[in-house]
Amino acid sequence: MSKDTLGCAKNCFLNGICWENPTFRLMLGLCPTLAVTVTAINGLGIGLAAMFVLLGSNIMVSLIKNYVPPQVRIPCYILIIATFVTIAKLLLQAYVPMLYARLGLFVDIMVVNCIILGRAEAFASKNSVGISAVDALGMGLGFTLATVTIGSIREILGSGSFFGKMVMAEGFNPAIGMILPPGAFLTIGLIMAGLNRYFYYRREEQRGD
Amino acid sequence: MEIDFGRLAAIIIAAIFVNNFVLTRFLGLCPFIGISRKLDVAVGMGVSMTFVVTMSSMLTWPLYRFVLVPFGLEYLNIITFILIIAVFVQLVEIFLRKFNPVLYQALGIYLPLITCNCVVLFVALLNVQNSLNFVESVVQGFSAGLGFALALIVMTSIRVRLETAKLPLAMRGAPIAFIIAGLMSLAFLGFSGLIAE
Repeated sequence: MSKDTLGCAKNCFLNGICWENPTFRLMLGLCPTLAVTVTAINGLGIGLAAMFVLLGSNIMVSLIKNYVPPQVRIPCYILIIATFVTIAKLLLQAYVPMLYARLGLFVDIMVVNCIILGRAEAFASKNSVGISAVDALGMGLGFTLATVTIGSIREILGSGSFFGKMVMAEGFNPAIGMILPPGAFLTIGLIMAGLNRYFYYRREEQRGD
Repeated sequence: MEIDFGRLAAIIIAAIFVNNFVLTRFLGLCPFIGISRKLDVAVGMGVSMTFVVTMSSMLTWPLYRFVLVPFGLEYLNIITFILIIAVFVQLVEIFLRKFNPVLYQALGIYLPLITCNCVVLFVALLNVQNSLNFVESVVQGFSAGLGFALALIVMTSIRVRLETAKLPLAMRGAPIAFIIAGLMSLAFLGFSGLIAE
């Protein structure tokens, strides 16, 4: 691998985690992000499952990109994604049935997750296998980071624990609202506003000068 | 097939209010946040969504019951359902373009986008998981669509007013939309307890 490709790979990787974070910047694939992130461990589970599907579909799509006629490419991509989602679902059911019981149908509907189809269409169908895999890893990590962050905040405030261990002092009265649906919307809204204020916009201002 | 009207009423109320698919199950958030800016577009999206969800429940139920179950292929449900939905949406699009070009123009890009909307696939899978019968599945599909339309239209009406409000720069756009969704969801929590599960 030459120096150029290495630099490009690094950019792609960081892009997914930070500048084009699928949740906070692109706002794609929000349904599982909010629905299952009641605890940090759920967030980690759905994040890793999404990363697995992203990796598989990006690699497959970039392998077949020259053989699929453009008119039927979307159905082909969806079929590839559905196959990987089925594999992920069966693996989860077999090895971590407890986690699967909590994630439930939200693993299944990753088929129609816009991040996965979006990356297949926007990136993997135009790039080589190696770079597509790196992009999938970056995007997957960015997504996992977001789900774990939201999951941790909701778990700490809503049930006083972190990855299942109690962290709050005795007498802490958990805010039930945080583990109910409204908590998810408020958490992501406030995180997004905070990131805009202190990170993305500040950076853009500096670039503007 | 016998029809239990009490159960049907429970399914309708649950899908529209108690377990509203957008506000308590977080489905279909992309159009909910993305296109809730103009009221007429929101109404169009809500109507076409209701139609597609109802029809896809109608199509996927026989497929599961009469094809997948007899052959022991239940694990293929994700793949077959998404294909059926994609093909059906494509058909509706071709049909509308030919017979009602005005409506087709009005719906524009939103019709094909519905394929990728999680509500449609989720309802199809939920019907199977809860082992509902045919009528119950169709009713659940229809009320899921109505619930989606209700949430989208209320959200859009609020956001239209917000256009003129003075918001901090960082809150503009998506962040404030999420906060509003949170408050709406808080309001919808009031419906929980309406149905004993």
